[in-house]
Amino acid sequence: MTDKIACAFHASQQGTTLEATFSGDWLLSAEIPALDPLLTQLDQGKGINRLIFSTKGLGSWDSLLMTDLIRLIDAGKKQGIDVDTTTLPEGIQGLLSLVYAVPEPTGARRKPASSQWLAVLGNAGLQLYQDTQALIAFIGELAISMTMLLRGKSRLRPVDFWLNIQECGPSALPIITLISLLVGLILAFVGAVQLALFGAEMYIADMVGLGMTRDMGGLMAAVIMTGRTGATFAAQLGTMQANSEIDALKTMGFEPMSFLVLPRLLALICIMPLLCLYADLMGIIGGAWVTVNFFDVSLTQYLDRTASAVHLKDFAMGVTKCAVYGVLIALAGCLRGMQCGRSASAVGDATTSAVVTGIVFIVISDALMTMICNRLGI
Amino acid sequence: MASPCLTIKDMTLAYPDFIIQHDLNFTINQGDIFVIMGSSGCGKSTLLMHLIGLMQPAKGDVFYGEESLWQAGQQARQRILQRTGVLFQSGALLSSMTLFENIALPLTEHTRLSAQRIRLLVDYKLALVGLSGFADFYPAELSGGMQKRAGLARAMALDPEILFFDEPSAGLDPVSAKLMDDLIRSLRDHLGATIVMVTHELASIFAIGSNGVFLDTETKTMIATGSPKQLLTESNDPKIIRFLTRGETDNRQTDNLHPGAA
Repeated sequence: MTDKIACAFHASQQGTTLEATFSGDWLLSAEIPALDPLLTQLDQGKGINRLIFSTKGLGSWDSLLMTDLIRLIDAGKKQGIDVDTTTLPEGIQGLLSLVYAVPEPTGARRKPASSQWLAVLGNAGLQLYQDTQALIAFIGELAISMTMLLRGKSRLRPVDFWLNIQECGPSALPIITLISLLVGLILAFVGAVQLALFGAEMYIADMVGLGMTRDMGGLMAAVIMTGRTGATFAAQLGTMQANSEIDALKTMGFEPMSFLVLPRLLALICIMPLLCLYADLMGIIGGAWVTVNFFDVSLTQYLDRTASAVHLKDFAMGVTKCAVYGVLIALAGCLRGMQCGRSASAVGDATTSAVVTGIVFIVISDALMTMICNRLGI
Repeated sequence: MASPCLTIKDMTLAYPDFIIQHDLNFTINQGDIFVIMGSSGCGKSTLLMHLIGLMQPAKGDVFYGEESLWQAGQQARQRILQRTGVLFQSGALLSSMTLFENIALPLTEHTRLSAQRIRLLVDYKLALVGLSGFADFYPAELSGGMQKRAGLARAMALDPEILFFDEPSAGLDPVSAKLMDDLIRSLRDHLGATIVMVTHELASIFAIGSNGVFLDTETKTMIATGSPKQLLTESNDPKIIRFLTRGETDNRQTDNLHPGAA
């Protein structure tokens, strides 16, 4: 608004009575006169024992006037001054009675969280401890429902299982294809530059083949699946938690662990090794394309080299690792989903946390498994 | 007092494949507590969505005072809608923000008030709905009734001329529902706002409704307008009487339905 709206305020003291006069239009878009001098006068409380209001010249008003009135009344009450609101217009009196109808419950107001570094550190430590505890409890519950399933005491709904297979497997193929082809291609390019220095382009096949099957194929598939499926799990379960759907399932006698978590976990364990094999194949194709097109190696030579360099145990290693990643992704996704709070932002947090946890789990487990295999000479 | 505040002309509400309500014509006057009545599924909430600019009518228009809502451009529509406040059925508070941030959001984005002034305004609005001291709580930490009242505080943030309510007392216990009704009535009385609400709580309809429209599911149009009490005593339409007496047609006396309501 461009045109200024005039509103004015002034106070006059007669004996022990202070009269606050409001005039003009007290609207939010107006220039606000400063109340502070009067507030300090009230705070000092020099010889004032009565506060009255005059609104004879008051035009239109809105919440602006109300907030200032409330400040004056509160300041007056704090000093034990007799505040007389009966001269105010009826509408204002009505609103004031609403404002003071429900007294503030004691202890409701929050104190700002401590920001001392020791407290922050301590809270972070406690959080980590609680997170670890929750993770272990979750794994325990999962183990119990798995045992129940194996002993035939609980049932897996086949439709849930197959739906999850569809969602984790075939639907993920396009993105796996793209990423694995490119990873194979990049591996070949990066390696070829070095190998070409020794005239050993032939060994690109060894490098890409071993690299993809032993590690990269599974790792890439796992990272993609964390972002794709782990996040989906967390968002699905988190939304169900937020909408009380999980509570509803519990009351109908379904154990959320075996009804929601197990089908997802088992689907991912079944599908991850297959995705890993597929990613390996795509990586090798990508490597072959680069080698055949940009270096002096024929396709037959490349495939022959790959076949002699890569053994069954390399595949077995990659596939086993990938099954482990599958467990970890499902675990991270479902854990965060089940822990989710009951609001939209909590679902977002759960999803982010599922992806971060999943990737951390994958990288740590990959490092561990690679070291173990190395020591065992596999 | 009786100047038209909102006029609905020849309005047809439709989804792409079917019509929900057609040929709606009614006027909401300044200072009314206007009740949109009708059985479940007749399109009450859909009508509300059309009034607040969330859905575009298939035919017809809504006039705020003299201004058409749907012939206006995007910016003009935004400006018109800034004069309204909406309380959604579940409160629709932004769950990632505290109550203070929820209520301060329209104030910081649509006005140039100082941070201190905004703090005062938010405290005032929260006090009006009886939630002083809860400014730093997240919506998820409050009960359903409190969330609803906080939603009301947010709807009132910019001192709207028209307040829309979608089922204000649904999900509240009778005492809280009564308090909500009282709050709505005193807001109308003291703020001079116009209230439009969708509800099928008979107690609220009779206690505070000063005008209303009745939508019918079968004929897919409005079959009556007027104050609910008047409709109950004067209407001859069996559908309206059945609705307003909860199907107990013998009790056609307002006193039996809401003892104590003035």
